[in-house]
Amino acid sequence: MILALDVPYWAQTLIKVAVVLGLVSGSAFLFGYVFLFKVMAHMQSRLGPMEAGPHGVLQLMADGVKFIQKEDLIPERADRFVFAAAPVVVMISTVLLYLVIPAGPTLVGENLDVGVFFALAVSSVSVIGILMAGWSSANKYSLIGGLRAAGQLIAYELPLLLAVVGVVIQAGTLSLSGIVAAQAHGEIFGIDVFGQPFVLTQFVGFALFLIAAQAELTQTPFDMPIAESELVAGYMTEYSGFRFLLFYIGELATAFAFAAIGATLFLGGWWFPGLSTSGGFWSNLIGPGVLFAKIMVVAFFIFWVRFSYPRLREDQLQTFAWKVLIPLSLANIVVTAVLKVAF
Amino acid sequence: MSSADPTGPDADTEAALPEPDVDRDALVLALRDELGAAVLESVVRPGVDAWVRVDPAAWVQAGEACRDRLGLRYFCFLSAIDWMPSPFGRSEGDGVAVSAGGPSSAGEPAADQRVAGGGTRFQLLARLVSPTTHLGLTLKADLPDEDLRVDSWTEVFAGADWHERETWEMFGIDFTGHPHLVHIYLPGEFEGYPLRKDFPLVARMVKPWPGIVDVEAMPGEASGDETVDAAEPT
Amino acid sequence: MSTTEREQRAYIAGVAADARINVELETEGMTLNIGPQHPATHGTLRIVVRLDGEQVLEAEPVMGYMHRGYEKLTEVRSFPQVTTLINRIDWLGSFANEVPFILAAEQLMEIEAPPRAQWIRTILFELSRLANISLFLGDLGVQLGAITPVFFAFRDREHVLNLIESVTGGRFHPNFDRIGGLKDDLPRGFIDETRAVMVKMRQFCDEIETLLFGNEIFEARTRGIGVIPPEVALSFGLSGANLRASGVDWDLRRDSPSPLVWNELDWKVWTHPDGDCFARCWVRLQETREATYMVEQLLDGLPSGPIMAKVPRIVKVPAGEAWVSTENPLGEMGYYVISTGDTGPFRVKIRSASFNNISVLPWVLKGVYVADVITIISSLYFILGDVDR
Repeated sequence: MILALDVPYWAQTLIKVAVVLGLVSGSAFLFGYVFLFKVMAHMQSRLGPMEAGPHGVLQLMADGVKFIQKEDLIPERADRFVFAAAPVVVMISTVLLYLVIPAGPTLVGENLDVGVFFALAVSSVSVIGILMAGWSSANKYSLIGGLRAAGQLIAYELPLLLAVVGVVIQAGTLSLSGIVAAQAHGEIFGIDVFGQPFVLTQFVGFALFLIAAQAELTQTPFDMPIAESELVAGYMTEYSGFRFLLFYIGELATAFAFAAIGATLFLGGWWFPGLSTSGGFWSNLIGPGVLFAKIMVVAFFIFWVRFSYPRLREDQLQTFAWKVLIPLSLANIVVTAVLKVAF
Repeated sequence: MSSADPTGPDADTEAALPEPDVDRDALVLALRDELGAAVLESVVRPGVDAWVRVDPAAWVQAGEACRDRLGLRYFCFLSAIDWMPSPFGRSEGDGVAVSAGGPSSAGEPAADQRVAGGGTRFQLLARLVSPTTHLGLTLKADLPDEDLRVDSWTEVFAGADWHERETWEMFGIDFTGHPHLVHIYLPGEFEGYPLRKDFPLVARMVKPWPGIVDVEAMPGEASGDETVDAAEPT
Repeated sequence: MSTTEREQRAYIAGVAADARINVELETEGMTLNIGPQHPATHGTLRIVVRLDGEQVLEAEPVMGYMHRGYEKLTEVRSFPQVTTLINRIDWLGSFANEVPFILAAEQLMEIEAPPRAQWIRTILFELSRLANISLFLGDLGVQLGAITPVFFAFRDREHVLNLIESVTGGRFHPNFDRIGGLKDDLPRGFIDETRAVMVKMRQFCDEIETLLFGNEIFEARTRGIGVIPPEVALSFGLSGANLRASGVDWDLRRDSPSPLVWNELDWKVWTHPDGDCFARCWVRLQETREATYMVEQLLDGLPSGPIMAKVPRIVKVPAGEAWVSTENPLGEMGYYVISTGDTGPFRVKIRSASFNNISVLPWVLKGVYVADVITIISSLYFILGDVDR
């Protein structure tokens, strides 16, 4: 891995598991504090939590303890096993996402050749979890939320994938590290100092990716499944305490992961002009920081839109996906392919 | 067939009769034209309002005439009045025991105190307004105690649906032809008609107004409730 | 078969039988309770809807969770005590509730409050309208998913509430109107403070207009939804902005003679021909802005003089019947006061705007989506205290 130490395989796996789990919860807490507490508050001309710790940094710790010590409520008519398993399924899909995101030339959980494909496939496992939650809750609101979620998430998988296909065509590889390398070694009109972040050529793809990611994360304007003012909390209505915490960590960690994938695919990932893509101490040291900065930029857009827009109705949502986004993404693929062959 | 009956004297003006209200007079006249003998009495207060008391048998006909012929298409409200004076009295001021029976000393409405007359205990009350001329008409109808029924206005004004439900629930007036005469405010098993005067206001029965005031002892003082009787009715 | 196998089969058979029953009962649509505890229904309103997927087959509002029996309570109270009670009908714009009742009592007593009192009453009336509708504008965003405008609404509403508090002593329940005038005069500095607040409220209206009304998603969610034609609106007794948004040009402030001084001001009645949710929201926004202009004109023309007419200490209202209704923030609110010469009323019929406004729901909610149910009830705008009294 990082240092050329000869670490046995089981130790490597343990370290990877620990790092990924730490990242998942750490990123969830970070996003929760920065975006959901502070950025949201300042956008709404208020301050957010200020009491727990300086500027409220320990608020989430207090919230975490509160969630953990709550009574475990399962509705009487709920399907106990499915009810308990649903947040776990969602978390599985989230955790698996973190495996393939490269934070440096050799800082990646598993350098899969089909990294992008794996990531997008695994992210759609959460749909099952949401459906399980909606169905097993024995609550009509949850059922409506779950069904809406199923329709929406499946509909928006397609623009997500098709937007990424354009990047894949341009990079020539499905591997995330390979895509970062392609951006690092690219040129802008002959200048190769800045590399070629794919956002310049794939701007349509980037827009599509952001919109589809917003929908995949069930954030406003695509938060029909949760629809706070209608369904109380949609498929999460009956969840409280630790199970709800799992859902929430999953949601925020997935947001982090999607922002990371977006940054990797379009903004150049961990690469910064001057870093080497073939390994080396400095790249592995600075890479994560660079990636983190790009993640925060992308995530800021995601949350900014979340706090500003009203939500689309379910049928308007579907119309938007099927009649606008998918044709656009198909057109994007065609144009990309033609230009790739031509140049 | 004069319909101008100016009650409510303007104490300020020197004139014997204030200027007649042409528009409201015309309104009442048109209604008399339509309904004929069903219009039992009418009162117009110039510049203020117009009241018409109709025969309850012609209630629906009156509603339709107002809507179609007089242009009073806006349904304001429909309710009822229970003219019986309350046997429970009002408060400590009228010197009547709250728990004992007996009419209140003041405020027994004589028949001629009612605007547009009428003599029964229950009187239906409705108001319709014209959205163009902005004039309104208050309709009343006397309902005899033994036959507390009237035809429903739901075919005439859609909004009457809920108002009639409330009136039935509160007074016990039956609206024949109403599609869904069930409780609107009160729970389904509620017994009794709350706005009738003989339905007691239980809060006042349980604790007369202003009642015994319990004053908690200050810390350090002798314990035990210091009760202060404030004008308790005898 | 072992015991566990038998148990397992019995369990599966039981669950299957249960599912069959459920399927048979619910093929005609799923019955859903929206409320009484629900974030969207401004209080404890319950709407029982029968759904076919996402479409509403029929809807029926169930009310009375907040019924306090006001009409019965007024029969045992004196006139000043009734004022305390009726403050709480529409608790967001509470001064406006007192006005029609006091005017009815004054009509029966045949006294008129002095001019300064009438002007101050009008100022407070319009301030209560601002307080009420600014909350509506913020709440509108929340019902549709835009969570930010509501904070701006509460922030700017605070200024209006501070003004009302400085005059009356109460932010929410002023209890300030008296038969014959007002309880007290304006405090020092009120006029300048109010002018500053009116500027802020206009900025708030502009902010909401760009933030919410200019948003394409908002337009897609509200245009063409919940159309109520004018004849249906009149037949149901809809009032206020709901009626004006269906194209009926009727405002009680302009069209009904009243001791309050609206007709001495230069202002405009806003209508909209569409009758959909967007029209209702838009009309209310324009009315809020118009109210700020009206308050400024009122401040300019405020006469001096006493604020209370000569009224005996114990008020005994002579016998008679009077009906007064005013253009409250929620719609037309009126009181039919019957007095028999006592210290308190004999019967008060409270005509509250929201009661009629909601009665149109079974008609308008047929065939709409669940999401639109929320949009429609938020655009009709009711307060539970007004519905249930």
